Amino acid sequence: MQTFDLEAEGLRALNSTLHAQAANTNQTHWEIVNPKGSHAIAVGLDAPIEVDIKGSTGYYCAGMNKQAKVHVHGSVGPGTAENMMSGMVIVEGDASQYAGATGHGGTLVIKGNASSRCGISMKGIDIIVHGNIGHMSAFMAQSGNLVVCGDAGEALGDSLYEARLFVRGSVKSLGADCIEKEMRPEHIAILEELLKRGECDAKASEFKRYGSARELYTFKIDNAY
Amino acid sequence: MKDDQNGAPRTMPIQSATFSNSVNAEIRRAAATGIYDIRGGGAKRKLPHFDDLLFLGASISRYPLEGYREKCETSVTLGTRFAKNPIQLDIPVTIAGMSFGALSGAAKEALGRGATMAGTSTTTGDGGMTEEERGHSNKLVYQYLPSRYGMNPDDLRRADAIEIVVGQGAKPGGGGMLLGQKISDRVAEMRNLPKGIDQRSACRHPDWTGPDDLEIKILELREITNWEKPIYIKVGGARPYFDTTLALKAGADVVVLDGMQGGTAATQDVFIEHVGQPILACIREAVRALQDLDMHREVQLIVSGGIRTGADVAKAMALGADAVAIGTAALIALGDNDPKWEAEYNALGTTAGAYDDWHEGQDPAGITTQDPELMKRFDPIEGGRRLNNYLKVMTLEAQTIARACGKNHLHNLEPEDLCALTMEAAAMAKIPLAGTDWYPGKPGTSY
Repeated sequence: MQTFDLEAEGLRALNSTLHAQAANTNQTHWEIVNPKGSHAIAVGLDAPIEVDIKGSTGYYCAGMNKQAKVHVHGSVGPGTAENMMSGMVIVEGDASQYAGATGHGGTLVIKGNASSRCGISMKGIDIIVHGNIGHMSAFMAQSGNLVVCGDAGEALGDSLYEARLFVRGSVKSLGADCIEKEMRPEHIAILEELLKRGECDAKASEFKRYGSARELYTFKIDNAY
Repeated sequence: MKDDQNGAPRTMPIQSATFSNSVNAEIRRAAATGIYDIRGGGAKRKLPHFDDLLFLGASISRYPLEGYREKCETSVTLGTRFAKNPIQLDIPVTIAGMSFGALSGAAKEALGRGATMAGTSTTTGDGGMTEEERGHSNKLVYQYLPSRYGMNPDDLRRADAIEIVVGQGAKPGGGGMLLGQKISDRVAEMRNLPKGIDQRSACRHPDWTGPDDLEIKILELREITNWEKPIYIKVGGARPYFDTTLALKAGADVVVLDGMQGGTAATQDVFIEHVGQPILACIREAVRALQDLDMHREVQLIVSGGIRTGADVAKAMALGADAVAIGTAALIALGDNDPKWEAEYNALGTTAGAYDDWHEGQDPAGITTQDPELMKRFDPIEGGRRLNNYLKVMTLEAQTIARACGKNHLHNLEPEDLCALTMEAAAMAKIPLAGTDWYPGKPGTSY
């Protein structure tokens, strides 16, 4: 395993070193020490490597990730795994706002709570949150899955498109065009796989599914409020 | 007009200037449909504009350059502040962001062809980067928009610059709308949304909210792209002094400023006509912000919104811009609103020059459409040739004016070369009213 001291060597050196890892690199496991809340740690990775971050991070940790598995042994600031394309990001602590925003693919696991706008505008990413999520989560979410083992805040799924939302606890309120939907066997199967992937021991049968009523899909006067 | 029954002259019917025929027609349309008008393009109302400025030219006190012989440079370098690889352009006229989706793939290709021949850049739009555009654009600016449709790190790295779109002149504070008629299989796939539904683009970014966040967002984009790409920040003409100041604070290499004449693919007419400022009112304020922070020319300023001719280019640059961007004018050069399609425009209830329902996807010129039959009407090679010609003419015109003002580079044009024809233009552009040395608000004067 390679160890990188972020405080000593700096952000530019870290990201350029990680970017330099080719698909067939032998240096497949990296440990980053002294992150100390720095922003843009391990962004734009594009290789099948594992990165363990020993501490908490600032904004946009693992942003636009492809292929890599990034494991944060602490909490993350806003926009973690934003626009992720593939790979996996695991957060042992809590996540600030916009976690997984606009993600196109891959898996984001948050073992603590996530703040507001979790999964905003998500486009295919799977997000599994062990705790609660804040308000306006999954706003304009297009596709992918958001699993919440705790409670969801206000205006969940406002202006939702085709993303699936699974919530085990309470939902403070649903956003415009977001409705509770029937949990059919195929949804149970999808959810069981997501819970397993997210290392979550909750039972799929305990969740409710929410999705788009598709009433806002075509612009008409009744929607212009 | 006949006299009345007693033989007395009748009162002349007078149309109301307030309730004009067009206003009344819109009231009737609203009453019949219950929905506001959505259209493309920029502000159509008459606004103080570059036409309200004149160049003084050289005389005894100024020495001109020979119009056909002496060199007058036109090149511009964009992104010199932080980027490892600034963009070098031969001419200071760039192509503004227009989306694949709003435009056909062939139209994007034509923009790339024409711009590349002329030595300038094109810009993507909402919906991501297409192969037509990347393949035919030597210099391509990749827009980073609130919707993030099609956004991915590979295209970020394939781009020559990144433009973070905060707003645009047609609708500062507003998001986008692409109606279902234009959502073909390909458009839907690129945007990861169902085919045929109306697509909304958010009005603000999903993962940052203010200038402090934006600074960190720019750090992330620079880290992902190895600090190679110039980062532009595009704002609509709302509060140009503060927006430019904050863009500089956030770390922009280039500020793009779009006035209310700048076009959009689709938004509410009321938004286009009633929100934002004309570009003439924005340029000097943005330049003042750059100068106050000692960054004029270190951070480049691109202005857009109603640029049509080389005279407009020269005037924008004399006011302090480093380059301009064209959108609507480029579409017209490609063939949009051409009178040769007049019968078809009439069938759509409009006329050549006034057609602005680009969002409906029925463009007779085959440019702002995804209809396969209409798209066949547009030849991207011919379109590229026409755009190149037009860009060349604009450049020659700007050079002609610059030489007449004694300038051997378009960047040497300055406010002192101008006078204003109207009080409004004088006040907005901070250029003396013709025949005076005064403009409203001039420091040291009492008005």
